Amino acid sequence: MYTLLLCWRYLRTRWIALASVISVTLGVATMIVVNAVMAGFAHEMQSRIHGILSDIVFESHSLSGFQDPQWHMEEILRAGGDDIEGMTPTVAVPAMLNFQVRGQWVTRQIMLIGIDETTHARVSDFGRYLQHPDNRRQLSFGLRDGGYDTIDSQTEDQQVATRPALEGAGWPHRRMRVERERAWRQRQAELQGSEQAGGPSGGPVRPVDHQVDAVLADTTPAVTTAAAPPEEFAPTSEAHPPNAPLDPFRAAKPEEQGRVFDPSREQFTGIVPGIGLASFRDSSGIDRFLVLPGDDVKITFPTAGTPPKAVTDTYTIVDFYESKMSEYDSNFVFVPIEQLEKARGMIDPQTGLPSVNSIQIKLRPGANLEAVRDRLRKAFPADMYAVSSWKDKQGPLLSAVDMEMAVLNILLFMIVAVAGFGILAIFFMIVVEKTRDIGILKSLGASSSGVAGIFLGYGLFLGLVGAGAGLALGLGITWNINRIRVLVEWCTGERVFDPSIYYFFRIPTIVDAWTVAWIIAGAVGIAVAASVLPALRAARLHPVEALRHD
Amino acid sequence: MIDTNRESDRSGAPLLQVRGVRKAYRSGGGMLEVLRGVDFEVAPAGFVSVIGQSGSGKSTLLHLMGLLDAPDSGEVHLAGNRIDNLSSARRDRLRNTDIGMVFQAYHLLPELSALENVLAPLLVRFSIAEWFRHKGEARRRAEALLDRFGLRGRLHHKPRQLSGGEMQRVAIARALVGQPRLLLADEPTGNLDEASGAGILDTLCELNHTDGLSIVLVTHDQSIARRADRIVRLVAGRVENA
Repeated sequence: MYTLLLCWRYLRTRWIALASVISVTLGVATMIVVNAVMAGFAHEMQSRIHGILSDIVFESHSLSGFQDPQWHMEEILRAGGDDIEGMTPTVAVPAMLNFQVRGQWVTRQIMLIGIDETTHARVSDFGRYLQHPDNRRQLSFGLRDGGYDTIDSQTEDQQVATRPALEGAGWPHRRMRVERERAWRQRQAELQGSEQAGGPSGGPVRPVDHQVDAVLADTTPAVTTAAAPPEEFAPTSEAHPPNAPLDPFRAAKPEEQGRVFDPSREQFTGIVPGIGLASFRDSSGIDRFLVLPGDDVKITFPTAGTPPKAVTDTYTIVDFYESKMSEYDSNFVFVPIEQLEKARGMIDPQTGLPSVNSIQIKLRPGANLEAVRDRLRKAFPADMYAVSSWKDKQGPLLSAVDMEMAVLNILLFMIVAVAGFGILAIFFMIVVEKTRDIGILKSLGASSSGVAGIFLGYGLFLGLVGAGAGLALGLGITWNINRIRVLVEWCTGERVFDPSIYYFFRIPTIVDAWTVAWIIAGAVGIAVAASVLPALRAARLHPVEALRHD
Repeated sequence: MIDTNRESDRSGAPLLQVRGVRKAYRSGGGMLEVLRGVDFEVAPAGFVSVIGQSGSGKSTLLHLMGLLDAPDSGEVHLAGNRIDNLSSARRDRLRNTDIGMVFQAYHLLPELSALENVLAPLLVRFSIAEWFRHKGEARRRAEALLDRFGLRGRLHHKPRQLSGGEMQRVAIARALVGQPRLLLADEPTGNLDEASGAGILDTLCELNHTDGLSIVLVTHDQSIARRADRIVRLVAGRVENA
């Protein structure tokens, strides 16, 4: 009983000991905040990584893929059993994306992914990341008549229109552009007419010509067929050799050959590129777009033949997706799977069966990802198929984040450990100061273990007080971190958390009860451990010497 | 309840017996022999003064009797039972229940009030659960003792708010609250002025006469020693009967 009473009295009268507890408090608070923010980021990142990937990807090692996805899906269903909720075939090939921005051809290295627009949304969260509300409900590769979000639909609190350029995207943008093109084409024809009249001074015309082509998009040839004779068009093509073989009629719409394609009313096959391929965020947080839904682009990709040949098609951008994972957003371009299969020659002319090179699998919630993956690995020969979970796909990144978190936690725990040494030092001083009292207690019949108990209990109390205060402080900071961020930004005038870098507007936090419990237990444990030595010293004091101590 | 049904003191047999006790301390390079075979006893309800110059070993003798230290050789008996060789747990227990100690420098715990200081031996004696069962009675007894020593109005004062005489009376009350058989007092008046010291001595004599408490008083002052029934003179670690 005296142990408790004296602990309590020492706690109330020895304020210096509370000073050592402040470091425990700060350590605990820091650990809680850092863990919450790290967990928030990790969760955000995982959901982004996962967002566009399905749970399990079943793919062939070769680009030409495997035939008969239907049969494969049945086999997968047999191997995976009840755990499999949905599947969709995809074709993924490396490709080259070309589009024109202010007269310059911009080339991007991409992964072209053919998806089934009806089933793909059921397998991954892809649909959620699209910019048109109707596409988020059901993806369509048809161009929409405006209505694209100018506000990032994935931000919850800060409703700022960061994408004013998407305001007129879609058919209005396409029509306006085509009209402008026609006007330029006409002007060019006039200029060329006068030029031919003026003489053979072709030199100065080139820049003008170039500029015309710059402003006009790449569908120029289609327009010219209607507006101007082909021989007049020829010099423009020579000026830009890469443009020459890109005839959309041949590749994309063979059935429309001979018919006049009207770009103001018709589109090429729709594609959905990642937003990072088409835009960048400037310093004010506004997204600037290089191309918009409604613009046409050229994509070059290998055919399925041996050896593969490069073919080029024209496509119309119908939407963007934004998974907020820049690796995906600046790499993936989605097209309808049948179009890609046709263009690559992946449909067997005899059987009519298509080939695909991967099948995306979604598991029912709660299914064991690794177990299903291993079952599928066993069911299919490894030399032909690769089965990987979304975590495997980003394994190094995820394990790097885990590693980072572990290292950070060790470092932060050092802070608490340092606090432990502070407690140790202060406790030694208190034991020296209390030597006589220890002698008195022993003369009253207190046992050595009881005396040790006073200091251990004191350490426990201090640890609890420190950890409790740290818990309150840490949770307070965590729950108000965005308010604190605003305050800090207001005070310093600096952006603490730049959304153009992090892609979200508020700091994500997740408070995990177990993590917090471990932190508290660790801090209290350190406080108690630090009081063990002083407590032993107090217990070993000889009562007679202790009583003589002044 | 607090140990009251103690076996009645056997008439004639000494309450405390010290037989041939030797004690040496390491001092500098060699050993300093403080007690060189002390024989000495206290009768039930006896009042013995141990007198000696400083360094004569009288405090050491008191510590040995109070089980705060163990003799190098020789024996200490309490009511016929040898107590110097008990386990430390039993010695702690015995110190708590059978022996009360009063020191020259009062040795009150500064964080506790007068009342809590008096309760300290009982706080030590009881576990938390026991304490809540005995709390009421322990408190009543402590208050009664403080009341008896004229400290009724001082219950909740901290030691630093009390005078020397008051602190020593609190210390005596603390020594008595556990109802010991033996009170060991080490120069209880050493730090006090004459009047306060006399008051303390009167209190001790009264406890001896009316309550039949056995007392060993250690002092270097002849006049104080004379208040006891018997005086034992300690010279250079040996008893020299006066």
